[in-house]
Amino acid sequence: METYSLLREFADSWMLLTLFVFFVGMFLWVMFRPGANKTYRDVANIPFRHEDKPAPAKRSGGEKEA
Amino acid sequence: MGNYIKLVVLGVIALFALIATNYARDLAYMVNALTVALVAGGLFIWTLRNTGEPTSNVDLSGEYMDGVVRAGVIATALWGVVGFLVGVVIAFQLAFPALNFDWAQGYANFGRLRPLHTSAVIFAFGGNALIATSFYVVQRTSAARLWGGNLSWFVFGGYQLFIVLAATGYLLGATQSKEYAEPEWYVDWWLTIIWVAYLAVFVGTLVKRKEPHIYVANWFYLSFIITVAMLHIVNNLSIPVSVFGSKSVQLFSGVQDAMTQWWYGHNAVGFFLTAGFLGMMYYFIPKQAERPVFSYKLSIIHFWALIFLYIWAGPHHLHYTALPDWASTLGMVFSIVLWMPSWGGMINGLMTLSGAWDKLRTDPIIRMMVISVGFYGMSTFEGPMMSIRAVNSLSHYTDWTIGHVHSGALGWNGMITFGALYFLVPKLWNRERLYSLRLVSWHFWLATIGIILYAASMWVTGIMEGLMWREVDANGFLVNSFADTVSAKFPMYVVRGLGGVMFLSGAIIMCYNLYMTVRRSPAVEATNGTVPAE
Repeated sequence: METYSLLREFADSWMLLTLFVFFVGMFLWVMFRPGANKTYRDVANIPFRHEDKPAPAKRSGGEKEA
Repeated sequence: MGNYIKLVVLGVIALFALIATNYARDLAYMVNALTVALVAGGLFIWTLRNTGEPTSNVDLSGEYMDGVVRAGVIATALWGVVGFLVGVVIAFQLAFPALNFDWAQGYANFGRLRPLHTSAVIFAFGGNALIATSFYVVQRTSAARLWGGNLSWFVFGGYQLFIVLAATGYLLGATQSKEYAEPEWYVDWWLTIIWVAYLAVFVGTLVKRKEPHIYVANWFYLSFIITVAMLHIVNNLSIPVSVFGSKSVQLFSGVQDAMTQWWYGHNAVGFFLTAGFLGMMYYFIPKQAERPVFSYKLSIIHFWALIFLYIWAGPHHLHYTALPDWASTLGMVFSIVLWMPSWGGMINGLMTLSGAWDKLRTDPIIRMMVISVGFYGMSTFEGPMMSIRAVNSLSHYTDWTIGHVHSGALGWNGMITFGALYFLVPKLWNRERLYSLRLVSWHFWLATIGIILYAASMWVTGIMEGLMWREVDANGFLVNSFADTVSAKFPMYVVRGLGGVMFLSGAIIMCYNLYMTVRRSPAVEATNGTVPAE
């Protein structure tokens, strides 16, 4: 089989399926994962946390600040 | 020690650039080589004068690296004015061909200035806006200083050199004739180096982030950086004819070359002008509205849907060409499906204001951002419609396409960038507020009315010329000659030029306002931005 036909057949079948499954999986993961609501409500506020300076070097407390 | 290596490298570059100037086979190459020699020589002297000076080893990890963002903001505003100005000039050159002056033939006629305009607004204005805002946003949302020390300055400076090399090359005739990818081989190589450094700075900062989650704006920025690298390399595969000349030969030929070009061309729109600017939207609109994004879940789905679909849409630029039908149908279908994530993103941006719509009345900056998202919605509706083969048979090769591009570029990219600049300048220069909100309102209305004049005149003239081209009489002969359509377009060309003048005046008002903000606005008291971490 020539390279073009081989790649074309692969793209039409397994690769398409893989990408589609990945996409649907992403959708389900984002929408229905337990705890997703709480996580996303928290991370949506990231832009309001460290306006003026980076978090201190020590990890503990860095996320709680502000 | 580091300085000695720098001196050797800069000296060698300057030497080779001078040798290249001497052996140059064409004028564009000679001027570009001379530019490189001057920049390398200048940096050599600057480095030499700083060598052996005492260095201070202050720990800067406790503050953000904003100097390079400030430089990027200035560059964005200035390149914006230059790009809009060239656009206004070529708009009037189309309306009044006498403006293609005889003394400037071969340098400043429409054909030479048009790529200068497109590259200036997309890469100089848009690119600097993307680099500056991405450096700002990635630091704030990662709670970490930019990675790589002065590497970000290398990215900024190197990108300006890329712009200057490309722009002077266009005027002197160095082009590989690919839309949005005109720069010749050595400029492409240089941009590749810059882009890898840019990726390194961005990813390096993400890696050392203090926030466990990567904020959605950074996902959009990162996809923009990675995809543009891939597009740039594949579309610019070419062999230089000579090391000492600007001419190169493409590796692809015929319809493969056309398909590669529009795969690149449409994804330049999709990833440079959309994904990157969506990164801006997801940071600056929540910040200016002072409330988190409407739905974070929707933003993630928006991201994956957009990048999964956009990459396939390119073939819709090649309807009714040598491209196989299945390929252009594929491009058309994906373009239509793309409508959904685009509008999902638009809704997400607009609904971020739910509960704060009153700000539209008092805050001209949020007004600018909202109208920008509105234009995003309009052009992402118009685009899929124009990609349908039947519509495309009317719209293609007409000014409708140009109108579509500008409602996206001026409306969406321009307005969100202006909004971001108005947000950034007081923050970056520690000012309490902008110099004048009245001037922001002036800018807003000038730009908005300018865009409406532009888009409306291009709809009229585009559909008119599309219909004139296909009009046949009872015997099947074409009714209009090409020159007939050109003369019929004159009034719309003048209106378009006026729209451009209004948009340009708005941008000049912005520059004045931002300059006065830095010079005159009261400073914020007791900033902690310059205090090192304990």
